[in-house]
Amino acid sequence: MKTTKSYFFSDMGVMLGRSMRHIFRSMDTIITVTLTPIAMMLLFVYVLGGAIQVGTDNYVNYLLPGILLMAIASGIAYTAVRLFYDVQKGIFERFHSMPIARSATLWGHVLTSLVSNAISVVVIILVALIMGFRSSAGVLSWLAVAGILALFTLALTWIAVIPGLTARSVDGASTFSYPLIFLPFISSAFVPTTSMPGPVRAFAENQPVTSIVNAIRSLLARKPVGNDIWISLAWCLGILIVAYIFAMLAYKRKAV
Amino acid sequence: MEKAIEVKGLRKSFKTTEVLKGVDFEVEKGSIFALLGSNGAGKTTIVKILTTLLKQDGGTAAVNGFDVTSKPDFVRQSISLTGQFAAVDEILTGRENLIMIAKLRHLQNPRQVADDLLKRFGLTEAADRRVSTYSGGMRRRLDIAMSLIGKPQVIFLDEPTTGLDPEARIEVWKTVKELADGGTTVFLTTQMLDEAEQLADRIAILHEGRIIVSGTLAELKNLFPPAKVEYVEKQPTLEEIFLAIVGKKEEK
Repeated sequence: MKTTKSYFFSDMGVMLGRSMRHIFRSMDTIITVTLTPIAMMLLFVYVLGGAIQVGTDNYVNYLLPGILLMAIASGIAYTAVRLFYDVQKGIFERFHSMPIARSATLWGHVLTSLVSNAISVVVIILVALIMGFRSSAGVLSWLAVAGILALFTLALTWIAVIPGLTARSVDGASTFSYPLIFLPFISSAFVPTTSMPGPVRAFAENQPVTSIVNAIRSLLARKPVGNDIWISLAWCLGILIVAYIFAMLAYKRKAV
Repeated sequence: MEKAIEVKGLRKSFKTTEVLKGVDFEVEKGSIFALLGSNGAGKTTIVKILTTLLKQDGGTAAVNGFDVTSKPDFVRQSISLTGQFAAVDEILTGRENLIMIAKLRHLQNPRQVADDLLKRFGLTEAADRRVSTYSGGMRRRLDIAMSLIGKPQVIFLDEPTTGLDPEARIEVWKTVKELADGGTTVFLTTQMLDEAEQLADRIAILHEGRIIVSGTLAELKNLFPPAKVEYVEKQPTLEEIFLAIVGKKEEK
C-alpha cells in the first residue's frame, strides 16, 4: 500500500479544484472580494479624493496598497465560511474517513485562499491601472510586493481557519473579518497618519496595516522602504505563527 | 467465520456524560448488521470510532482486521462512510462529486467510474445539474454512490433513510441488499425498526451505553413472547420487541 502521505499534493490539488469551483460559481463571493474593493477605490479617488491631501498628485498610487489589503481581508472571510460549511455538512468527515492525506483537506482551503486572493489582487491592480495607477518598480520590487501580500494572505487565512472550524453558525464564521476589513481605515492606507489626533495616530502608526501599506507603497514608488518592510514581515510572520498554532489546536480537536 | 468488525469493551465519554459503557459486538464478513437505538443512544459515536473520526476512551475496535487506533490508514482503505446527513457537495454537479471522490481514491479512470455509478443509481439525467437542485432521495443515492467508489469492503451507513420518503427508502434498501449480495459488509444504524427487520442479518440493540440484546431477527423473536402471555394471535413485530426490552431495562 502506498502511504496516504505520498498523495498529499494530488489530494490537495483535488481540494483546490473543488473550492475554486465554489468561488467561480458563487456570484456574491466574486462581488464581495473584487467588486467591493474596486467600488471603494472609485469612491475614494473620484468622490473623496479631491479633498484628501496626501502630498502626491496621484491618489490612486497612494490608495492602492490599502485597497489590496481590504480585498484580502474580505476574501479570507469566505475561506472561513467555506470551511464552516464543510464541517457542518459532513463533507469534512467524509474526507477524513477516506484514505487520503488528511491535512490536504485543510491545506486545500488555505491554497484556495491564496489563489483566489491573488486573482482579486490582480484584477484590482488592472482596474487601478485604468484609473491612472502607475509604478516604475522593477521586477524585484514587484516580487517583494507579491511576497508581502502572500504572507499577509497566509496569516489572515490561518486566522480564518479558527472560526471556520469552531463556529456554531455561519455568521460566527464570517464576522471575525469585519475588524480586519476596517483596520485599513485607521492606518496610513487612505490618509497620512500625521493628520490624525494623538491617540488615534498612535494606534494607526503601531498597527500592522500601516507598516505593510507603507512598505508596499515605497516599493511601488521606488522609494527606500526603510524599516517598514521588516516591521511588516515581522507582523505577518508573527500573526501567521500564532494563528497557525491555534488553528492546528482547533483542527486536532475536530479530527483524531 | 471471518469478522469484518470486532468491538470489545468500547467506552467513550463526552465531558461528564458516559455515552458508551462497554460495547461488545462482532459483524461477520458480507453480512448486513443493524445497530438499533433511540436518539442519543450513542449509535453515531460508535460509527465515528469505527470510521477513525473519534478516539475511544477504552476498549478495542477492529475493522477488516485492522485496529482503529493503531492502524487508522488501513482501516480507511477498507471502509467508506455515509453519514447521517448526505455529505455531498451541493455546489458541484452529481458527476463532479463522483469524479472528486474517485480522484481522492486515486483510481485510474475517474470519469468512467462516475459514468458507471450515475447509470447504476439512475442519476445520468441529473448528472450535470448542481446537487442543490436534487431531491432528498437523489442526494442520498448520490451519497451512497460516492461511498461505493473504490469498492470498500465495509460500508457504514448512519441512519441512511432518515428524512426520506417511503419510495426513496425502498430504493436505498434495494441498494443495501445488492451491496451485501456482492460481498460487501454493511453496518447500518437506524431508529426505524422495520428497516432493521427488512435488511439486517443480525441486529443489536444499543441502550444506555450497552448492547442489551443481539442476534438474528429469528433469535430476537424467540426471546418473545414472554412465558406469561397466553394468547398470542400474531408474531410480535421487531418494534414490540424493542420497546419491550428497552422498557424492561429501564425499570431496573
